[in-house]
Amino acid sequence: MLAHPDLTKLIFGRLTLDALPLHVPIVLGTFAVVALGGLVLLGAITYFKLWGYLWREWFTSIDHKKIGIMYMILGFVMLLRGFADAIMMRAQQAISFGDNAGYLPPEHYDQIFTAHGVIMIFFVAMPMVTGMMNFVMPLQIGARDVAFPFLNNFSFWMTVAGAMLVMASLFIGEFARTGWLAYPPLSDIASSPDAGVDYYIWALQIAGVGTLLSGINLLVTIVKMRAPGMTLMKMPVFTWTALCTNVLIVAAFPVLTAVLALLALDRYAGTNFFTTELGGNAMMYVNLIWIWGHPEVYILVLPVFGIFSEVTATFSRKPLFGYTSMVYATVVITVLSYLVWLHHFFTMGSGASVNSFFGITTMIISIPTGAKIFNWLFTMYRGRVEFEVPMMWTVAFMVTFVIGGMTGVLLAVPPADFSLHNSLFLIAHFHNVIIGGVLFGLFAGITYWFPKAFGFKLDPFWGKCAFWFWVVGFYFAFMPLYLLGLMGVTRRLSHFTDPALQIWFQLAAFGALLILLGIACMIIQFAVSIRRREALRDVTGDPWNGRTLEWSTSSPPPKYNFAFTPLVHDHDAWWMMKKYHYRRPLDGFVPIHMPMNTGAGIILAGLSFVFGFAMIWYMWPLAIVSFAGILVVAIAHTFNYHRDYYLSADEVRRVEASRTELLASHV
Amino acid sequence: MKAFRGLLLAAATLLSGCQTVLMSPSGDLALQQRNLIITSTLLMLLIIVPVIVLTLVFAWHFRASNKKAAYDPEWDHSTVLELLIWSAPLLIIIALGAVTWVSTHKLDPYRPLDRLSAGHPVPADAKPLTVNVVALDWKWLFIYPEQGIATVNELAAPVDRPIRFQITATSVMNSFFIPALAGQIYAMPGMQTTLQAVINQPGDFQGFSANYSGQGFSGMHFVFHGMHEDAFKQWVAQAKASGGDLSREAYVKLALPSENDPVRYYATVEPGLYQAILTHCVQPDSPSCMTQMKAPGDDNAGAMHSGNAAAGMADMRAARPSSD
Amino acid sequence: MSDLSSTVLPGNASAPPLTFYDTAESHPPNGTLLGFWVYLMSDCLIFACLFAVYGVLGREYAGGPTGAQVLELPAVAVNTSLLLLSSITYGFAVLEMQRDRQRPMMLWLTITGLLGAGFITLELREFAHLISIGAGPQRSAFLSSFFTLVGTHGLHVTCGIIWLIVLMTQVAKKGLIPANKRRLMCLSMFWHFLDVVWVGVFSFVYLMGVLP
Repeated sequence: MLAHPDLTKLIFGRLTLDALPLHVPIVLGTFAVVALGGLVLLGAITYFKLWGYLWREWFTSIDHKKIGIMYMILGFVMLLRGFADAIMMRAQQAISFGDNAGYLPPEHYDQIFTAHGVIMIFFVAMPMVTGMMNFVMPLQIGARDVAFPFLNNFSFWMTVAGAMLVMASLFIGEFARTGWLAYPPLSDIASSPDAGVDYYIWALQIAGVGTLLSGINLLVTIVKMRAPGMTLMKMPVFTWTALCTNVLIVAAFPVLTAVLALLALDRYAGTNFFTTELGGNAMMYVNLIWIWGHPEVYILVLPVFGIFSEVTATFSRKPLFGYTSMVYATVVITVLSYLVWLHHFFTMGSGASVNSFFGITTMIISIPTGAKIFNWLFTMYRGRVEFEVPMMWTVAFMVTFVIGGMTGVLLAVPPADFSLHNSLFLIAHFHNVIIGGVLFGLFAGITYWFPKAFGFKLDPFWGKCAFWFWVVGFYFAFMPLYLLGLMGVTRRLSHFTDPALQIWFQLAAFGALLILLGIACMIIQFAVSIRRREALRDVTGDPWNGRTLEWSTSSPPPKYNFAFTPLVHDHDAWWMMKKYHYRRPLDGFVPIHMPMNTGAGIILAGLSFVFGFAMIWYMWPLAIVSFAGILVVAIAHTFNYHRDYYLSADEVRRVEASRTELLASHV
Repeated sequence: MKAFRGLLLAAATLLSGCQTVLMSPSGDLALQQRNLIITSTLLMLLIIVPVIVLTLVFAWHFRASNKKAAYDPEWDHSTVLELLIWSAPLLIIIALGAVTWVSTHKLDPYRPLDRLSAGHPVPADAKPLTVNVVALDWKWLFIYPEQGIATVNELAAPVDRPIRFQITATSVMNSFFIPALAGQIYAMPGMQTTLQAVINQPGDFQGFSANYSGQGFSGMHFVFHGMHEDAFKQWVAQAKASGGDLSREAYVKLALPSENDPVRYYATVEPGLYQAILTHCVQPDSPSCMTQMKAPGDDNAGAMHSGNAAAGMADMRAARPSSD
Repeated sequence: MSDLSSTVLPGNASAPPLTFYDTAESHPPNGTLLGFWVYLMSDCLIFACLFAVYGVLGREYAGGPTGAQVLELPAVAVNTSLLLLSSITYGFAVLEMQRDRQRPMMLWLTITGLLGAGFITLELREFAHLISIGAGPQRSAFLSSFFTLVGTHGLHVTCGIIWLIVLMTQVAKKGLIPANKRRLMCLSMFWHFLDVVWVGVFSFVYLMGVLP
């Protein structure tokens, strides 16, 4: 007979009831709210008998459009979580002065800033960018789906599994208290013995599998599946940026996988890669993680540059100025992004020559980036600029982003960085480029392509409200941080002594509140738009008078995207088709080869979640069982040879005829 | 009137920006870094300001409702403009790159100073004041080998005398930063970094860790006193008079994690303590002690190898014991 | 927008009429081999990281044993030839596959799998020996990076063997259908890739490791 405690330990590992936050009221309250909300949601789904629908039409769907939409939903939900963290930090820093210790003890505050960074980068920006590429890119190149539809579904669910691990850490145990890149020795087992860093490692590893596979998938899609006639130099700019981004993903994420695996070995197997003893070298971790980390910045921002290019051209009613130089600028950025990683740690004490080399390569990146800004500028020049919401985001981006670019180049001057490194100036800088660049771009893209995805536009009034709150809120929240950085205030502090600083933190907190209102407006915007969907309906498929192929099909597009594969003659293919009075084909349809739905992706990701959770808590039997489960399901899936079917010509005719009817009724 | 007051307020804000510690430092190195920040910013504003202005002007002028504005729906290329938009940033970056190369070498924290302040070269007989800095969990230990004293969370140095900080850490990474004096540099366990600086004005300045290091990080700050030579001597004497002994045992106790530590003085320091901390050999039988790590076949300073392999790490690894 | 009059005028009349869609059902080329190749390149980057780590830490003996003391070249030479040989036998299998001769192909695949298993067995013996003499992965940074680099390669070979068995079952069930042939080609790339990596491991870790 096994002694009882041993058995418990075998099954539950180091997970005990103490890991539940029963004594932390803030977390407990959050848990209550989340649990209640979750129960209501699950109850509603059950009540309305939606499980079957969700399972068949969404969870197991291999349709790139639906997966893209699910990515966006994931990103938005996680944005709420990440922003909740942000506002808690702003509140803490606004009140924690002198004798007032604020409302968050350091061990809680440190988790929050770590979680904020991890969530915003990996589970907000990444899913949204991937979702955007997933939805738009195949439509833009005239494809029916991505190259590997099943992998696409699997990638998405792996990202969800990673996000769920991060969310689980909120209520079971704790998250890492190391900062979002988990530098050792702080993240070593000696300094961080609890489960926090393990949550970090497994969440990122599991989501990383998804990201890498999705990168390969989209890369092959662009290389192999472009419509006939669409040569590389005729691809829409968004597709170009998606291509470069996926090249970056494929070439950067393996480094993250490797370095996190080594950190995990240090923590689990007692190896000495990054320890302070027996020859370990923590500086190597910092180097390796930034070799992934800097390209990651461009993984996020390049597709967004593509979005701005599409939006500017569409709403200026002109082709993009300098298409060729835009493409070359993108490619140059892609290559250069691998040559700058050391600028994240000039202060590590590398020699002056090494530091200035990396400083100068960093500055060189600003040349193609600057060229891009000028290209958008001259796209507006002699145009007819229509200030729809996406265009407003674009103009706000151009003004905001150049400021962030300037402070970025400033930080790339090593001696200046010695003073500004790790300060709030740095925080202001990267929020300036990530909010002012990536987020503004994603919001522009969401507003721009929303009618394509759902068949109706987003309500412009609430869109404009969200826009103004976000933009003004951004300036209020981050301009004070630039100033605080010049005052020598460093990042990640949970308490301050100098009362003169407080006013600036309060100003920043006010900015965060404005952004909160902006997010609220967005939620209202979705609700209002859904209610007013008939008034906002887009029957033409081309609500903005667009230029690229995605606007040639209906909104939302049929399952097969295009009844016939488009033939492309120039860039701005749809613009040209309109110019030549293209007429939709009304008959002669042929059966269409389509991939079949499968539940293997969600099952594998679910097992991966269990495996990750078991590893985090040292539940070895469960880990072994779930790992074996992953192997068995994966292998069983390869025995399934029936992965596709033909959509009959009649079905295609029926769908196309209903569109013809719809178009006729609205002329 | 109201607008005027608004303007005044804005100007006051900007001015207060100029009075921040980074913009009005008291050490020569920080001052040169300040000048560099201003130069680079001005250089970049040459291009940033026109871009922002043009963005707003174009967006407004070419708005759809302005039918008077020119509309050229096919215009998407101009070789002259393309040349301009690539070469203008290029020229700025060439200038900035040159500034970067020169200043990075001139302001390298490892480089011995050649001037005390503008127009005042370092006297030939000046010997820098050496301070060994150790980042502990979560406080700063400063050892003065020349004076034979040590302090916790308080640092002092005479004005206009070069200071040579040798910096290391015990368990995790920190960053040693006194904004008024000079830029920061990481403090890393088992490694040593160097900072050469000088303070030009007497005064009390904030110093702290600028790299998050865990639980007690927020309380990891200290005051740096810039003092005239006499005052500095008094300060040393006071430390000698009031302090205890920093033996290995006392150090081991001190190194235990603690937060928001008060200032402490030590009148004596056990010889070789700093070197022992640097090599993890305070307890010589510890398995991580680096001097214990010489393998039989390892007679060509293995540690140095790895240092060279990773970019720019060589000089930090100098601290590691070689085969002597 | 349905209102086409707002767009620019059509092009000149002398140009040949343009068609904007393909009336036949068009099949984009299959991207599996390209995709798998891209995956291999990303895997290659993982190995590149591990090589780099070994390059940094490979001489950090921390007072423990050095490469010259613990690495046994003769055993590794046998190991290496097993793996190289298995690449050749996989090549024969592919040749038979292209001639649609299933039985000889299966035979060659079996030999390949056995050679791979031999490689793994020898590697595990080496690891067991090292751990038994106190030269386990915890001993020093050198040994950590050694075990991780060599072990990761070994893990890949193990996955390759499992994949091989699965594929042989599938060929036995379904025959040499195009899907199976494609899979065999993917595994072929994987197997040769592991061979190439091993050549790197052998030269960089073993041959250079035994140098003083």
